[in-house]
Formats: sequence, structure tokens, C-alpha cells
Amino acid sequence: MTLSPQIEGSYTTEQVIPLRHYGRWISAVLLLLALAAGIWSVVHNSGFGWSVVGSYLTTSSVLSGLGVTMELTVVAMAIGIVGGIVLAVMRLSPNPIVGGSAWSFVWFFRGTPVLLQILFWYYIAALYPTLSIGIPFGPTFFHANANTLITKFVAGSLALGLNEAAYMSEIVRAGILSVDSGQHEAAHALGLTRAKTMRRIVLPQAMRIIIPPTGNEIISMLKTTALVSVIALSELLGAVQQIYARNYQTIPLLIVAAIWYLTVTSVLYVVQFFIERHFSRGQRATARGLGHFFQSFAIRPRGSTRTRAL
Amino acid sequence: MTSPLDPIAPSPVVSAREVRKRFGPTEVLKGITLEVTEGEVLCILGPSGSGKSTFLRCINHLEKIDGGSLEVNGEFVGYARHRGALRELREREIARNRVGIGMVFQRFNLFPHLTVMDNIIEAPIHVLHQPPKQAQAHARTLLAAVGLADRENAYPSELSGGQQQRVAISRALAMRPQLMLFDEPTSALDPELVGEVLSVMRRLAEEGMTMICVTHEIAFAREVADRVIFMDEGVVVEVGTAHDVIDHPQNERTQLFLARVH
Repeated sequence: MTLSPQIEGSYTTEQVIPLRHYGRWISAVLLLLALAAGIWSVVHNSGFGWSVVGSYLTTSSVLSGLGVTMELTVVAMAIGIVGGIVLAVMRLSPNPIVGGSAWSFVWFFRGTPVLLQILFWYYIAALYPTLSIGIPFGPTFFHANANTLITKFVAGSLALGLNEAAYMSEIVRAGILSVDSGQHEAAHALGLTRAKTMRRIVLPQAMRIIIPPTGNEIISMLKTTALVSVIALSELLGAVQQIYARNYQTIPLLIVAAIWYLTVTSVLYVVQFFIERHFSRGQRATARGLGHFFQSFAIRPRGSTRTRAL
Repeated sequence: MTSPLDPIAPSPVVSAREVRKRFGPTEVLKGITLEVTEGEVLCILGPSGSGKSTFLRCINHLEKIDGGSLEVNGEFVGYARHRGALRELREREIARNRVGIGMVFQRFNLFPHLTVMDNIIEAPIHVLHQPPKQAQAHARTLLAAVGLADRENAYPSELSGGQQQRVAISRALAMRPQLMLFDEPTSALDPELVGEVLSVMRRLAEEGMTMICVTHEIAFAREVADRVIFMDEGVVVEVGTAHDVIDHPQNERTQLFLARVH
């Protein structure tokens, strides 16, 4: 007791020399030098053709290609997310036929290249010239020519969407399994049916686990859409390829595409941040503003600064 | 005690006859027979692994029994009489039967993504289809009764264990159950928080709620229970008033257990 005031006093009066991190300074200077050299070469290498980049960045064919890319991403991800939830719930069903069907779907669509699936859907008319809706082995209610129904865009969306559903189902299943069994029990004890328990109690909690890898999948999908150029669907990459096939400005036009991909990806980063924040309700230390978004770039991983509830 | 000729005998809320339950090769309930009458408070004591929690979970069909019969309010749990046979109930029918039985868990099991208020009104709105205003008003009354009137907008992670358990009790009471099951409600609490939960349970008992409590709180059982049963290795070893079972146990196993936990 008698010692502590003296110790406190010594802290306030003595000069404190903070630890110097010389290694950090050296590595930072080296990296900044490398960055400066990189920027210098990009600016002074005429091969980049920045004036060409500028003139094509917002031409109508590039913008319409960007539009197709974004539409494909949205449609394919919608199919993927809805299909993924359905497949995940099927996988967890006590009925072995239902669970097995979902397993087989995932096995097929994860087990073949997405490029093959795009071509397959594009050439589906060779297998089934007419498509019809009806009762199996019974009457049909709807007929259509496969070539008119499966356009390039439909083929591309189906291929990317169904492939994505297989991956999303694993992400959703992991999310559902991460929710404590006590949550199911508490909901059942209150008289909620299994479907309501899933929709109102389990899935909202599973979302916290599902969102980050789904953000990953969306960003990955944005770029995977470039594969549909094999069926001559002119999305962003296809559009710039068509232009440089005419004017031979290959590098500048690839940069145009890269700029647009990066722009859309950056917007998705911000969107993901806000969705994640929404579904982490009830968790301690919920990030509150855009300031926290920029903090997420900090060197320390976010997981270590968060405290988990309970 | 309750002969069928006795006109004022209260009807049993829970009636178990020779209830059996096995998990794989191990039989955890080896024929449990007991009755709980309306307004009665029954405390189940026993070492861990004695099957007391499993029996509690059988009462609202969180576990399915393998033998014997179990009735709540005169209806078989999980089955209905149908032309002289027992028909297994559909999931929806089981859910409906659970409405009359409130359950409080050792680990609270509050819904972490919902506020205290939303935890309580979830089932009244989505199971009983009460108007939200009415459900909220009832929830506020219940929260005030457990001393948490000012915490309705808090998330469970912002509450202490004792507060969470009091919310969990309110959530179960919001369904206006006729029977409350407590599965070791204070075992996950820090010692200084046990009292606040027990006092809520004590008041509930005084108000005449039919309660079955699996507990390790001997003092609580002695004070509140109308009847105490001691279970060990899947059988009821001893039944009687708290005075008989806790203070004057006849069975050797009961004596050993009480000597250890006292």
C-alpha cells in the first residue's frame, strides 16, 4: 500500500522512450520505392496507351458488354443462391432419396468444368430439340423449340447459375450446421414448425457464416462470366476483344476491361461490408460506420479484434 | 392418494407409465412411472447421467420414448388414439401440442439475432398468430415481472447469464403454458446469479404454475417442491415430500448423493 503511490509517481515524472521499430521503417521505404518505380514505368511506357484507354472506357459497346456481365452475374448468382439454399436443405433432409438427389447434383456440377457446362447448355438443342412441360410419361402442357428458348444468355445464365448452386449449397450447409442445436430445440419447444424454425431462427443466424464466402462467390462470378465469350455472348471481355480484333490496341483495351472489373468489385466490397454488419446483429462489437470499413484494411485480422458473444 | 372415487382429486397434468428410452445400446430410462397434478411443483434430483434431463425432454417430445406411455393433459405425447390404435402425430400436430408446455434450458438458448422483446414475441406472433401490439404488451408485463422492464431492446449477448435466463423464462411464459419444464436452469450460472433466477421460479410456483424442475439446488427443492423424486441409472429410486427425500432419505444411493452435494 505504501509503495504504490511512489510507483505511480515515477511513471508520471520519468521520461518514457517508446520502442523503435526500425525494421518496419526499412520495409516500408523499400516497398514505397518499388511502388514509385512501378507507377513511373506505367506512366512512361507508351505501350499502355492511356489515351486509347480513355477514349474506349465509356464507348457504348464496352458499356453494353459491362451491362451483360452484370446481368449475367446477378441472374447466375440468384439461381445459385436460391438453388444453393434448396440443395442445402435437401441435403439435411431425413429422406435418403431427397438427400441423395441433392448430393448427386452437387457431385455432377462441381465435378465438371464450368466451361464444359456452358458449351453443354448452348448445344442442348442437339440433345433435346423440343422442350416440354408436363407429367413424366403423361400428358404435356407446353412445347417449345429448344433453339428459340435457350438463347445464348439463357444458356450462359443456366450454366453459371447451376454450377454456382452446387458450390453455394456447401456454403449454406456449413452455415446451417454452424447454428447450435439448442436453437432448434428452443424453437421447437416454443411450438415453431421445422420450416419456420429454419426460416426465422436458423437461417438468419447461419447468414453470418454464409455471407463472407458468398461475397467471394459473387466477385468470382463477376469474372467467371468472361467464359461465356466461348458461345459468342458479348459481355465485357468479349466486347473489348471484338474491338481490339479490329484496331489491334490489345493492351489498352484489356486495361479498359480490368478497370471496369476492379470498379464493380470495389463496389461489391462496400455492399458486402454493410450486409455483414446487418447479419451480425446481436454480436458484440458490431462495426457501426464506413470508418470501420476502412479499418478492415488494418494489418491485424478483424477476427482477432472481435469478441464473440458467450 | 388420488383414487378415481375422490371427486375433488385434481386431474394429472403429466402421467408417465413405465417410460423407457434408449440411446443405441444404453437404456437411459428403465421404466419411469409418475404423475404430476395441476399446480404441483416436482423437483427431480439425481447424479448426472441418471436420465432426469432425458425424461424431461420426453415430456415435450424433444426425445421420442421407446416404451411405456406418456400423457400430458390426457393426450399421448407424439401419438393420438385412432380406432383403438396409436397413430404417430404429424410434425405440425406435435408443434401444436408443445404450445401448452414451456421449457427452460440450462444454456438459455435465447435467439442471439433477436432483441429481448423479439425473442419473447416470436412464438406468440408466429405460432399463436397474436397481433404484434398484444404480444408486445404481454411481453412487457412479463419482463416487468422478472425485473427486466428496461432491457427489452438489448440483445442476449448484452445481458448477464441470470438476466438471459429470466428472459428465457418470460419467453416460455409468453405462450401461456399449463406446464413449465426447467432443465437445470441455474447450472450454467455464476453462483451470485443463481438467486435471481430461483426467486423468479419461486414466485411462479407460488402463483400455482405446474412445474417440473431438474435441479441441483437442494435448498430450492426443499423450500419450493411439493414432491421430490430422486433418480439414478434410469430409475426412480425414491419419491416423497422434500422433507422425506432430502432430510430423511431411505435409500442408500439417495443418502450417498445428498451427502456429496450438501
